[in-house]
Amino acid sequence: MIEIKNLVVQIEDNRILNGLDLKVADGEVAAIMGPNGSGKSTLSYVIAGKEDYEVLDGEVLLDGENILEMDAAERAAAGVFLAFQYPLEIPGVGTMTFLKAALNAQRKARGEEPLSTPELIKRVNAAGEVLEIKRDFLKRALNVGFSGGEKKRMEILQMALLEPRFCILDETDSGLDIDALRIVSDGVNKLRDPGRSFLVITHYQRLLNHIVPDTVHVMSAGRIVKSGGKELALELEANGYADYRQLAAE
Amino acid sequence: MPAVQDTIDRVKLIDVDQYKYGFETEIEMEKPAIGLTEDTVRYISDRKNEPAWLLEWRLDAYKRWLTMREPDWSRVDYPGIKYDEIYYYAAPKANAGPMSLDDIDPEILKTYEKLGIPLREVEALEGVQTRSNIAVDAVFDSVSVATTFKAELAKAGVLFMPISEAVHEHPELVQKYLGSVVPATDNFFATLNSAVFSDGSFVYIPPGVRCPMELSTYFRINERNTGQFERTLIIADKGSYVSYLEGCTAPRRDENQLHAAVVELVTLDDAEIKYSTVQNWFPGDAEGKGGIYNFVTKRGDCRGKNSIITWTQVETGSAITWKYPSCILRGDGSRGEFYSIAISNGKQQVDSGTKMIHLGKNTTSRVISKGIAAGRSDNTYRGLISAHRRATNARNFTNCDSLLIGDQCGAHTVPYLESNNASAVFEHEATTSKISDDQKFYCMQRGLGEEEAVALIVNGFVKDVLQQLPMEFAVEAQKLISISLEGSVG
Repeated sequence: MIEIKNLVVQIEDNRILNGLDLKVADGEVAAIMGPNGSGKSTLSYVIAGKEDYEVLDGEVLLDGENILEMDAAERAAAGVFLAFQYPLEIPGVGTMTFLKAALNAQRKARGEEPLSTPELIKRVNAAGEVLEIKRDFLKRALNVGFSGGEKKRMEILQMALLEPRFCILDETDSGLDIDALRIVSDGVNKLRDPGRSFLVITHYQRLLNHIVPDTVHVMSAGRIVKSGGKELALELEANGYADYRQLAAE
Repeated sequence: MPAVQDTIDRVKLIDVDQYKYGFETEIEMEKPAIGLTEDTVRYISDRKNEPAWLLEWRLDAYKRWLTMREPDWSRVDYPGIKYDEIYYYAAPKANAGPMSLDDIDPEILKTYEKLGIPLREVEALEGVQTRSNIAVDAVFDSVSVATTFKAELAKAGVLFMPISEAVHEHPELVQKYLGSVVPATDNFFATLNSAVFSDGSFVYIPPGVRCPMELSTYFRINERNTGQFERTLIIADKGSYVSYLEGCTAPRRDENQLHAAVVELVTLDDAEIKYSTVQNWFPGDAEGKGGIYNFVTKRGDCRGKNSIITWTQVETGSAITWKYPSCILRGDGSRGEFYSIAISNGKQQVDSGTKMIHLGKNTTSRVISKGIAAGRSDNTYRGLISAHRRATNARNFTNCDSLLIGDQCGAHTVPYLESNNASAVFEHEATTSKISDDQKFYCMQRGLGEEEAVALIVNGFVKDVLQQLPMEFAVEAQKLISISLEGSVG
């Protein structure tokens, strides 16, 4: 369970998050929708531990522990995973090499033995099959020369392999065609589990047709201004964000 | 694939504040008077019982050196070397030449053990040591203390011995080739070396022989205030092949120490030499105190047609590195290659690169250089590609990439191109990039610690060059890269 309390964040004197509160229960899929500039991506970066952001107030509790004290790697080992909107390229580093390094770094941080290479390959291949990732991709440098859709599928493959407690999907649908959207969504849905929660950040309702959320939150000007069930997303699609911009301004 | 993780694991085991090879060996040494005079040159020559022609050669070089000025065109800055405050020769007492393993001072054996260099063939043969089947010539300060696998190499007709021994056993080869690639008059440091060179390795591969194992020389500076001036000479006769590895370390000291080596390679028709270096001299501390001044002249002469010389280097050590391993592509159809990883951290200064001199027809060369600058270091690639007017169809491809870590370091690329033949084609690519915070964050988000993340990204950056190294050296080099970047982040 993740609980965010009164989170206030700025970057270079610009206040981005203004006392944000949010709870996502175990097994829950929560969607965050909101207009451009409402602070959605900032929220995902702050949870994942990107530097450059100044946290002025508040807590982010993962199973009761405030993760704001940890660096990004420690948060990852504790079970936080961020599927990037724009996954980074790492030239010269083979995808399989990267996966192994990442997984074993996390296992080490948790005091577990490293995973054997054959077992790793087995797991990666199994996840790759679901996501329709060709095996020769795993030999190529991570994300280098991958299309937008291929990069997003690779993000979900990493999510499957690392088995996080709390997954953030930052505009995972951006740049995906219909087929890729379906593949990625299927991949995510397979990972839904009573012990795992999701925060799905998106502009559009269409992703939520595939990854059906339990709760929907509207974000505006750095706060959650309305929460509801999945029908809230449909309402937003029909009426736009105008009402909520006003709500935030009040 | 497992190498990267392996690197990371190994790095974790290493005390981050210590240059791993910085220990000192207590041993009694024999030295001439401090400073350099004609007597010093005579002393060295006398210690080695050298023939008259070699003493003359040295003395000529010495006289020439007195008239020369230290070069100042490179992008390095240091307070000037006091040549009269250096010892030019130091040998473990009682042992002034090659000997059997049983005669070696146990302290020296222990030193090499600590460095991970197997001098005991028995262990290597039984596979106890990881680096089996590499013949090693170990040079401790000014003398070669052991050469392994000599008997086995002799079966193949390969000569591998200290150059001081070769002077006596194969004078005709030494006299014919010594100074034929790097003349005694070549440059300030090479001329100094010619006057006072102490020991180093000599290799001769007979016609048609593929050397049955990797050859390796391991240089260790131990003695205080002592310069190291080794001389390596490798001759690959017609149709032969040899792969040669060179490694170097020195104790951690506050004062700077001079290392001015000369390496000469000769390939005759259809022969090939692969020369790999992992240079890890003490780089000085974080404030730039101490460290080796590495002023080295390395040159290969593709004398025969269709011969090949490949230089591969991983440079992580030294306070100052000044070296340009070069190829003279004299034989028609000959080929020169240069693959380099140069890493600088702390206050290290690197000015390094290569020269590819195309003289023959249809000669080709390839240069891949990866410079990585961290801390407050300066890292310059300086490279010359030239085509003589008779070098019809000369081809060169150069790729020069620099990676910056942090914002207090500098990377520079200084290419020189000279073409006197209209048919020559030179290609030059260069990039400079910085490890972005986003890349680092991405890796950390997946669980890698900050230094692991940087090491992974850097290993990816240098991969093209690492692949050129013999397998065992590649692992070593990866480890070194990670170590030398410690403290570069945060």
